[in-house]
Amino acid sequence: MKELFPIKHVMGFVFSLILTSVALLVYILDMSFALGLTILLITAFAQAALQLVVFMHAGESEDKGAIYTSVYYGIIIAVLTVFGTLLAMIWGYV
Amino acid sequence: MDFFERFMIPHPSPAIYAAMVAIVLTSIAIVVGLTYFKKWGYLWREWITTVDHKKIGIMYLISALLMLFRGGVDALMMRAQTAVPENALLDAQHYNEIFTTHGIVMIIFMAMAFIIALMNFVIPLQIGARDVAFPRLNAVSFWLYFMGAMLFNLSFVIGGSPSSGWTSYFPLAGDELSPSVGTNYYMLALQISGLGTLITGINFIVTILKMRAPGMTLMKMPMFTWSGLITNVIIVFAFPVLTVALAMGTMDRLFATNFFTTTDGGMDMLWANLFWVWGHPEVYILILPAFGIYSEVISTFSRRNLYGYNSMVASMVIISLLSFVVWVHHFFTMGQGAMVNSIFSITTMAIAIPTGIKIFNWLLTMWKGKIQFTVPMLYSLGFIPIFTIGGVTGVMLGMSAADYQYHNTMFLVAHFHLVIIPGVVFAMIAGLTYWWPKMFGFMLNERIGRWAFGFIAGGTCLAFFPMFISGLDGQARRMYTYSESTGFGFWNMLSFIGALGLAVGFILIVYNIYYSTRYASRDIGDDPWNARSLEWATHNPVPEYNFAITPQVNSSQAFWDSKKNGHTLFKGGYKEIHMPNNSGVPFVMSVFFFIFGFAFVFSMWITAVVSLIGIFACMLHRSFEKDHGHHISVAEIERTESELRGARNE
Ligand SMILES: [Cu+2]
Repeated sequence: MKELFPIKHVMGFVFSLILTSVALLVYILDMSFALGLTILLITAFAQAALQLVVFMHAGESEDKGAIYTSVYYGIIIAVLTVFGTLLAMIWGYV
Repeated sequence: MDFFERFMIPHPSPAIYAAMVAIVLTSIAIVVGLTYFKKWGYLWREWITTVDHKKIGIMYLISALLMLFRGGVDALMMRAQTAVPENALLDAQHYNEIFTTHGIVMIIFMAMAFIIALMNFVIPLQIGARDVAFPRLNAVSFWLYFMGAMLFNLSFVIGGSPSSGWTSYFPLAGDELSPSVGTNYYMLALQISGLGTLITGINFIVTILKMRAPGMTLMKMPMFTWSGLITNVIIVFAFPVLTVALAMGTMDRLFATNFFTTTDGGMDMLWANLFWVWGHPEVYILILPAFGIYSEVISTFSRRNLYGYNSMVASMVIISLLSFVVWVHHFFTMGQGAMVNSIFSITTMAIAIPTGIKIFNWLLTMWKGKIQFTVPMLYSLGFIPIFTIGGVTGVMLGMSAADYQYHNTMFLVAHFHLVIIPGVVFAMIAGLTYWWPKMFGFMLNERIGRWAFGFIAGGTCLAFFPMFISGLDGQARRMYTYSESTGFGFWNMLSFIGALGLAVGFILIVYNIYYSTRYASRDIGDDPWNARSLEWATHNPVPEYNFAITPQVNSSQAFWDSKKNGHTLFKGGYKEIHMPNNSGVPFVMSVFFFIFGFAFVFSMWITAVVSLIGIFACMLHRSFEKDHGHHISVAEIERTESELRGARNE
């Protein structure tokens, strides 16, 4: 019975619903901009990771290495771009 | 009448009218010619619907050469205009349009197409594959690029060309300061061809990672394939930034959003920022395949294994990362503080280290090698000193404190041309000459090729070295004229003469193609250069399926091993080969993209929506299409193989 019931996927689905409702709270509840954005950022990244691992089977094929390398590479580039832009356009702008 | 007025050129001149007549006449000639010689069916079956990576590569190649001449004529007109002080050949507006289109055409529609042409043709052969991973998608890539290029070139005769520079900085490129549709063309044409490039990137990463011949581990890939892999990784991560920036710019211009405006919370500098987040990696997208070509050429014609294979790979990986963290050096003078500029200065100068490693590896490959001065090798040898000068002046520009002196002067123009011309154009010509026999079954004439090299290398030096001096003297770039008292006249005249030399060189290349097509021997065997990698292990011309038997690989130069060290490349007998079918859908969908882009440029929304429906209809058609490809029988392989072998033995 245990093999037949896709417990991992059901749990994943429930968890992604929870993440969505937490993100929705930002709109419903009255909170500060900073807090709202922090919640959105965290839930968004958790959601993306969840989808990638559970529903897109990132770690289940022989290409595991290539897939995770490209994901990490993408994250590094994105972080460098965003923070570099903030640095050049806002923080370091005189 | 109102409807047609929008298509008028806002700022016409006799040259543009002449071009309109020429375009109409050429189109009529092409249609009449195709009909007269009954070639429509051939064109449709063999080329427009093809998914064969070799044919797609050749179509990219032809488009790139066409665009080279369009961009080259732009360049000649610029140099002619500035050759003497107070020249009235062009007015300011036309000059602006010409330097804008020169930049875009050369970078996006010439250089990108050229590297993708060579990657398409060579990489599947080098890794012993039968095609790319997604052949149909490859055709989509080409046709999107082609339609983007055509849309961009259409601006010349319908509606007016963009004129705010190839970088198209806002607020100048906004609809207040650039009211003509020119910049709309820029946004849409780049968007469409950029989609094609992004698809190519994904396609080639998958191809290289998944379709290598048995035994070819990553560290046994030929260097051109390695450079292709790194290039496509950069494409996949850099092009989305351009896509987003172009979408925001288009919305600013057409839907009155305020991303890059100076009012209502817009940030005009964000465009420059996003543009160069894409733009600097783009430089490495162009130059890494060139490095790959030089590695192949230098190793082949020095008769030596490539020196420092591991460090070559490592330096490319490092370049691919560093290329994403230097972009601010394009706008050091925009107002960031010293801290920010210093950070990006240091990252910029750091790139010189892996690049230097590569230069030394090439030198050490040639060291003690038996160098053969063939045309591809001449370009590789010319590349090293000229590129080094271009690169070193780049390090000068990369020092942010000093950059205030050089910024936006002809010094910068000299620098990047002396990087891009030897780094990309020389490599493309070298690669073209090197792989030409594989593509067309005969060699290009060496003597004419050497003359062409002389004119191109000499012309490059003469055209761009004087700009260092006039730039340091204060000549700003993009200035359409200057007074005699500035003293720039002499240097600009030298540049003009150099540009003419370059033009002669390119005409010689065209003449060489014509001459060799007529007179060159077709009896050259499969491996005329005595080369080292797998693409030379199959026949000339390459059969549809590339390799009758999938090759077995044991080193980074498997073909050389099979010739010299008794390695067996092809084990076993023929088996049935499964190949993809041709399809007209990529072309049709790209035509819809073209109409969509054109409609968007002129804000014709009904047409835009209809063509968008067409695009989605094509995708839907693909989703429900059952296409399992076709099989080539053993008998047919045997027939083809013995024919190709027979042609050689005669
Ligand atoms: Cu740069």
